Amino acid sequence: MLLKYLLEKEFKQIRRNPFLPRLIAAYPIFAMMVFPWVVDLEVRDINLCVIDNDRSAYSRRLVAQASASRYFHLSELAATYDEAMESIQRNQSDVILEINPGFERELMRGDCPDVMISANSVNGTRGGFAGNYLSQIIADFSADIARESPGSLIEITPQYRYNPHLDYKNYVIPALMVILLTIICGFLPALNIVGEKEKGTIEQINVTPVKKYLFILSKLIPYWIIGVFILTVCIGLAALTYGLIPAGNLLVIYLFAVLFVITCSGLGLVVSNYSSTMQQAMFVMFFFTIVMLLMSGALTPVKSMPQWAQTITWFNPLRYFVEAMRAVYLKGSGFWDLRTQCFVLLGIAGFFSLWAVWSYKKK
Amino acid sequence: MNNAIKINNLTKKFGNFTAVDNISFDVQKGEIFGFLGANGAGKTTAMRMLCGLSVPTSGSGVVAGFDMTTESEKIKRNIGYMSQKFSLYEDLTVWENFRYYAAIYGVRGREIATRTTGMLRELNFYADRDTLVKDLPLGWKQKLAFSTAVFHRPEIVFLDEPTGGVDPLTRRQFWELIYKAAESGVTIFVTTHYMDEAEYCDRVSIMVDGRIEAMDSPANLKQHFGADSMDGVFRQLARKAQRTD
Repeated sequence: MLLKYLLEKEFKQIRRNPFLPRLIAAYPIFAMMVFPWVVDLEVRDINLCVIDNDRSAYSRRLVAQASASRYFHLSELAATYDEAMESIQRNQSDVILEINPGFERELMRGDCPDVMISANSVNGTRGGFAGNYLSQIIADFSADIARESPGSLIEITPQYRYNPHLDYKNYVIPALMVILLTIICGFLPALNIVGEKEKGTIEQINVTPVKKYLFILSKLIPYWIIGVFILTVCIGLAALTYGLIPAGNLLVIYLFAVLFVITCSGLGLVVSNYSSTMQQAMFVMFFFTIVMLLMSGALTPVKSMPQWAQTITWFNPLRYFVEAMRAVYLKGSGFWDLRTQCFVLLGIAGFFSLWAVWSYKKK
Repeated sequence: MNNAIKINNLTKKFGNFTAVDNISFDVQKGEIFGFLGANGAGKTTAMRMLCGLSVPTSGSGVVAGFDMTTESEKIKRNIGYMSQKFSLYEDLTVWENFRYYAAIYGVRGREIATRTTGMLRELNFYADRDTLVKDLPLGWKQKLAFSTAVFHRPEIVFLDEPTGGVDPLTRRQFWELIYKAAESGVTIFVTTHYMDEAEYCDRVSIMVDGRIEAMDSPANLKQHFGADSMDGVFRQLARKAQRTD
């Protein structure tokens, strides 16, 4: 019953805060409407320089196919490799495709003709993508040829499953929701408690007979509610704006969200218990949030991290939530497919909650 | 049992620094007990131990009938505390602050409203019950903080420099509140820097460098030290202090 009064006070304070209600309203809108466009890792308009030493019908067809794709833009037809390199150095081209003489003849004989791709990798991501896209186009090209004259070449048919149009937004939106919840439900409770420490009001509470766990619950429940509310707004906005609707069950998303929100607020509370000023709490929270974020797979795949880093991600609650969100959103995974992630997250949530209650000292 | 507080050989050390050095004293029920000392003499540390906010390094004591070292949560149920820092919630109204603390001390739903109304009428403050605390002058904030500290009718109320920074008239009014509470049987334990306030106490103790150097009624102390005011007594004792803040 006492909890009711404690919560009433917290909600009044949040509502009267000059800045919090606006933040809670604006953040999900901003995150869903602006960020997906900004954190787009897709590479477009790559400038392609071609050295066609064969000048045959097939080589021209390959060049036409490459420059017709939405990724490439034919910037230059160079006569020699040196000329092509010069174009790269002038920053007019990003990638060189060199077709050897005898390309058509070898193709007709059923051999595998060589082409060379050189990509400018000063910007590693852009270079890597350019090389990959170009190989993809050549693979498509050779597959077409194979279809026309059967038996000559092995058919390669790559397939991108679950996100067939390779839309990066679909991939990044579930991760953005996770990031948003981390910030709202981790930072706000931490700042709230340290704020009471700085003002001195917490000392007045510590001299009352109020139970530790009740007081802590009254600090956390408001942020759990706000977290679930924000997630709901995000899911709605993603559906309305991008037509991105979870392929799986919404209830699984909410189950994970609740576990995750408990974890984050627990972490925030632990940090606030060990900090005596807002500044200190902010710095420590920033540190953990950034580490957790970079090691979660939200922005870069966990599989491309070194082994030691992959081991660290096992302890990262963000990783499990990101995996679950993407799986439910894009693959339509159900609870049973994600049971491992669920139990691990449950464990981490329990760990932080217990630590939070234990580390809060009334004296 | 006539003692509200009974302390034996209480000591608090922070590393090598002995903030409170082996102090012993009794406070009788219904008494106004002044706890004096220069800045850094150890008053606040001692008071925080009595309230269960800080664990003593050694020594024992009974506060409001409960053991300091083992029953601090029970003590908390029976005491009120007003800290040096102003500690009502600035972004809540007067009424909401009372409601919050009353609920924490287990005052029941309807009773909260009745008592709050009574107390605010007595303070002539009922009309301002919906004002946010941050919009009130300091003197009023302190009176309200005191009223909050005695709202749940504790046996003892601890006041840590309750009148710092307010004008003499408001201090006078504040002491009238203290007297009224004492008349109703509440034991008052108060620290102060104002020697005129020390004269209002039934008994005072004076702390120097973590130890209690003198303890008696103001009249006896003045006679013993041959001073004509508490100010004179305090100066004589405080001059002996070795440590400064």
